[in-house]
Amino acid sequence: MTEPLIELRDITFTYPGAARPVFQDFNFQLLPGKHLGLVGPNGSGKTTMLHLIMGLLRPQAGKVVIFGREVSKERNFVEVRRQVGLLFQNADDQLFCPTVLEDVAFGPLNQGKSPAEAVGIARMTMLQLGLEGFEDRVTYKLSGGEKKLVSLATVLAMQPKILLLDEPTTGLDDQTRRRLIRILKDLEISYLIVSHEHEFLEHTVKECCHVHSTFCETLPITPGGVGL
Amino acid sequence: MSPIQEPFSEGGSLLHRLDPRGKVVVAALFSVLMAVATSFVTLLGGLALALIWLALGRLGLKKALGRLLLVNSFIVFLWFVLPFTYPGESLVKVGPLTASREGIAFTGLITLKSNTIIIGLMALVATAPVVTLGQAMHSLRLPDKLCHLLLFTYRYLHVFELEYQRLSQAMKIRGFQPRTNIHTYRSYAYLAAMLLVRSYDRADRVFQAMVCRGFHGVFYSLKTFSWQRRDSVFLAVSLLTLALCLYMEIEGANLL
Repeated sequence: MTEPLIELRDITFTYPGAARPVFQDFNFQLLPGKHLGLVGPNGSGKTTMLHLIMGLLRPQAGKVVIFGREVSKERNFVEVRRQVGLLFQNADDQLFCPTVLEDVAFGPLNQGKSPAEAVGIARMTMLQLGLEGFEDRVTYKLSGGEKKLVSLATVLAMQPKILLLDEPTTGLDDQTRRRLIRILKDLEISYLIVSHEHEFLEHTVKECCHVHSTFCETLPITPGGVGL
Repeated sequence: MSPIQEPFSEGGSLLHRLDPRGKVVVAALFSVLMAVATSFVTLLGGLALALIWLALGRLGLKKALGRLLLVNSFIVFLWFVLPFTYPGESLVKVGPLTASREGIAFTGLITLKSNTIIIGLMALVATAPVVTLGQAMHSLRLPDKLCHLLLFTYRYLHVFELEYQRLSQAMKIRGFQPRTNIHTYRSYAYLAAMLLVRSYDRADRVFQAMVCRGFHGVFYSLKTFSWQRRDSVFLAVSLLTLALCLYMEIEGANLL
């Protein structure tokens, strides 16, 4: 049996001050090579799940197992974050350097690459995403679509083994959306997409997972609607 | 959508091309010396030095004066109060008020100090973009926290301004007009509180995003500075002049 890349075992998580838990004995698996969509109503815990995987939130009970190893301490999550990339819902949260090149190079520099190597990786990643010529653009002057693609570049520059995308299509025009679909199809790594857009998911994933507070129901994606 | 403008940071003058590290060091020493100076001779020397820098930086006279006007609009208030409250030999009488010689001298000293320091900072500090200054401070081994504080304050001031504009627009389109009543005060209090909460949330998310990209408290800079001969000359000349000012300050005190 192949070992799951990400596994959540019997997770219980309640936000401080909230009356009900988001997750109660929740279980989830992402198998190697899978492209999975995460769907569910607002507030069902899709973003929370991604944050639990990245260690930005810690469950009150249960285990987070990534690449077959249980992670519970900040020290272990630091290692996880080198190999799992998270694309935030709002690109403005992700971009904080003055120029695009510096932002894309930020991750590789943190991974211990030399400035020359980091710039090399950043340029290559930007080339892959069709962002050549953006190096010296100022991040907060980019358009919404450009910001999203640059954010994706900042995550991919870390050469992750798994990519998590939190509602990547919010506010994108058709052209950028198609570009994003092409980019995702060319990726050779596993990814997990939180999205409300069935059409986008149809193009990018084969299966969808409906997030409930206690389990995650996996269904194949069908044209004109997901499962259910 | 306009980010914070840094009109003085663009330019090709000698001062713009100098290594920002040298400028930061000189600016720090200069401001401290001018701030503690008590003799007019020292301050006039400093003012002359600052004016030479300003000329080297080829900053528009109009824009520079504009900034000085802003600073001096605060200092004007000192002139209304200090000369009349400072004890000493009376010099001028205005109605029931008496201005003392010492008071006028003291206020004049403050005015001269502030203008000298502002001109100096305008020439040395404002001629580099804030981001470059942060990196220069970093490479001068100043505390990381200080450099990060500067860089983030700069980066997010603009974001908060946009947030403020969004909120106040949302108020406007629902017919809000500021008046002198409790409704207005309450609404402004809500606005301020909401701004605080949102800023906090955003700072939190930005930090999370940074942590996800492997941030562990250390900034690595792509920028490398190159120290050239002109930087050594600038540093040497500035330090010598400052030493001369310091000498005048000490000698001046002895003469009194």
